[in-house]
Amino acid sequence: MQSYLIRRLLESALILLGITLVTFILLYLVPADPARQIAGRSATVETVQNIRDQLGLNDPFFAQYWRYLTSLLQGDMGRSYLQRAEVSELIASRLPASLLLMVAAIATELMMGLTIGIVAALRRNRPADHGLMIFSFVSISAPQFVIGILLLYVFAVQLGWFPIGGYGSFAHVVLPAVTLGFLGAGWYSRMMRSSMIDVLGQDFVRTAQAKGLGRARIILRHVIPNAILPIIAMIGIDIGLFMSGIVVVESVFGWPGIGQLAWQAIQRVDIPVIMGVTMVSATAIVLGNLLADLVAPMIDPRIKTK
Amino acid sequence: MKKLLLSGAATLALTAQVATAQVDEDAPTGGNMIVTYKDDVATLDPAIGYDWQNWSMIKSLFDGLMGYSPGTTELRNELASDYTISEDGLTHSFTLKDGIKFHNGRVITAEDVKYSLDRVTNPETRSPGAGFFGMIEGFDTWNAGEGDGLSGVKVIDDKTVEITLSRPDATFGHVMALNFASIVPKEAVEASGEDFGREPVGSGAFKLAEWSPGQRVVFERFDDYHRAGVPKLDQVTFEIGLEPTVALLRLQQGQADVPGDGIPPAQFLQVMNNPAQAENVVEGGQLHTGYITLNTQMAPFDNLAVRQAVNMAINKDRIIKIINGRAVPANQPLPPTMPGYADDYEGYAYDPEKAREMLVEAGFADGFETELYVMNVDPNPRIAQAIQQDLKEIGITAEIRSLAQANVIAAGGEADQAPMIWSGGMAWIADFPDPSNFYGPILGCGGAVQGGWNWAWYCNKELDARAAEADAMTGEENAEARLDAWRQIYLDVMADAPWVPVFNEQRFTLTSDRMAGDDSLFADPVHIPVNYDYIYSKDAE
Repeated sequence: MQSYLIRRLLESALILLGITLVTFILLYLVPADPARQIAGRSATVETVQNIRDQLGLNDPFFAQYWRYLTSLLQGDMGRSYLQRAEVSELIASRLPASLLLMVAAIATELMMGLTIGIVAALRRNRPADHGLMIFSFVSISAPQFVIGILLLYVFAVQLGWFPIGGYGSFAHVVLPAVTLGFLGAGWYSRMMRSSMIDVLGQDFVRTAQAKGLGRARIILRHVIPNAILPIIAMIGIDIGLFMSGIVVVESVFGWPGIGQLAWQAIQRVDIPVIMGVTMVSATAIVLGNLLADLVAPMIDPRIKTK
Repeated sequence: MKKLLLSGAATLALTAQVATAQVDEDAPTGGNMIVTYKDDVATLDPAIGYDWQNWSMIKSLFDGLMGYSPGTTELRNELASDYTISEDGLTHSFTLKDGIKFHNGRVITAEDVKYSLDRVTNPETRSPGAGFFGMIEGFDTWNAGEGDGLSGVKVIDDKTVEITLSRPDATFGHVMALNFASIVPKEAVEASGEDFGREPVGSGAFKLAEWSPGQRVVFERFDDYHRAGVPKLDQVTFEIGLEPTVALLRLQQGQADVPGDGIPPAQFLQVMNNPAQAENVVEGGQLHTGYITLNTQMAPFDNLAVRQAVNMAINKDRIIKIINGRAVPANQPLPPTMPGYADDYEGYAYDPEKAREMLVEAGFADGFETELYVMNVDPNPRIAQAIQQDLKEIGITAEIRSLAQANVIAAGGEADQAPMIWSGGMAWIADFPDPSNFYGPILGCGGAVQGGWNWAWYCNKELDARAAEADAMTGEENAEARLDAWRQIYLDVMADAPWVPVFNEQRFTLTSDRMAGDDSLFADPVHIPVNYDYIYSKDAE
């Protein structure tokens, strides 16, 4: 187990290194010039040249990459070209909001998705199943923007149960989490349903029935734990996805997460911030997957960590 | 809806009266205001901030020697009590007001003026505004990193600064009113270093009270402000991260006062058709022109007849309909609110019939194929489609290249890349209300360089010389002649047709019922969206 963990962590570090290189190459190849973005429209050619010199943008690619990498390893992500603030501070100020929304959204999508998936599987091919699957189809297809605005309009504007966007209290997190959870619930319910149906058809379920176990006990003790494995892997992916920023939902609800920061940085070619956000989301994806791989054997001992 | 009609030459005559009439000195003080924005505030450092969101925020936190009368384009003394110009127009002397203080309580001295000007032009500051100060003596050497400051800025005594120019420049007063010329305290800048933009200390009507990234920025009244009775409000809160649609919902629920990003296009008609809300909308002009550049160095736009034909082919009224009528058609580079605008000029009238004939005469009977670059944010791609259809009418097939802003700007800065560019979302809004500001970077030879903003690559040496002459016409007595000179320069530009001027955007500022003040404050040409210092809250009454 320990050597497995060490190997996986080393692999993760290599993946992250690869990601820095690829992102850096892509940003280097973009025709837009960050110096001109900083200089603005009234700057003279000399001003732009001076900015480029000071930021080292005239240096050869590998010199720039090496400089970035060595400071990154010392924990220095550089300063934003446009805001001039430390990238690490910009990200740190947004991490709590992103983490909170991630946890709340995953909890919501699991609650909704698993419930729907289990009920649909147990009522397979009956009206309840069809009804729930239509619901999940709609929730997968509905644009987040529309759902977000709709929820906001009904529950915040008309009913006044929640604040109209913003951040700070429990009430603030409900609507964004439900918007994200609604979409995720569609995927989770479909996956849970088919996974349940698979397990329900297996021999050990029939054996359990034959030896006279109650239906509730079979479902809870034998079927669900076996059916939930693919869901665990999916949560791992979701952790990474949500930490890389949920631009649409964040902007509808004015949620101060990483997505908002990333979006603005991309618009203005703010390379240090783009690099920083990419590193954070890549790390989250790698860790999320690692976590899923570590949790799986705890639930199903047949899977070994090799 | 209230319309603010100030146009052309009438502006100058009117502003004088407006300036005295509009500011209600007895307006009650107190209360607060909530302004919403989608994007986070980039920086509040006056040497660095250069977007429409932080521009007016910085104006409320900082002051320079010069400023503008609220709601107008009329220069007035700000921190300076006296401003005199020598006979030859080269020596500008400023005397500071008595007892003016920074937010940290320290009295402002002439040394601070020198420090601030040296800082903004110091190459290490990487200020986007450094180039504005090019007329100050010693700029070139100091901005190249040599010496220990601008040799042209001299401290005479605690209260007096003398600035020597290397050439007479009629726009210098406006330059000193730019945010980039704001006075900053050395000790605070040095204490904060690169973080000064997050911890700004100025001498403006408001001081920074709170900044939560991605959430809110709060301004609080500065009690020692040098103008008595200003600001009117105790507090201004900027709520960040709100989509304009959501911001509008908040306003309708009484939870916001000014949507900083404006009325979202999709809700515009809904707002204007609701009498209660339409009443709270103020319409005003903007120092903006949206235009199509025709690359004069790329075939076939190197042919004057082709450029003129394109000018006649564009149906501007139809394009304005696309943006819900939030603009007026343009026929020249200057917007109607800019001094020097030619009221009587008719421009190239819409006439596709004639345009087609001109193309045939120019040897393009079968038309030609070209590319139209456009920024990929609504409504610009839709506007590009309308332009495409208009061009099709006269036989020109234009392929639309819809790209991120930075990529369009990069393409425009190459001599042989973008035959046509629709300027929407990028250019041009004047930095200060003077006609010269529509020339240098976007129509002059200096801008027609790699990485420049003269995307038409138009370079007319004779006009450049006349522009320099016009800017050398300093002094009140020459003001009218100078405006005439500029007016003629732009008319001569239009004879060469490097652009198709399409429209001048109008501003529609929506506020809540709580906000009050003269209409001009809600359509202030310098403070966008509103003049934070002078509008007041009815709650305070």
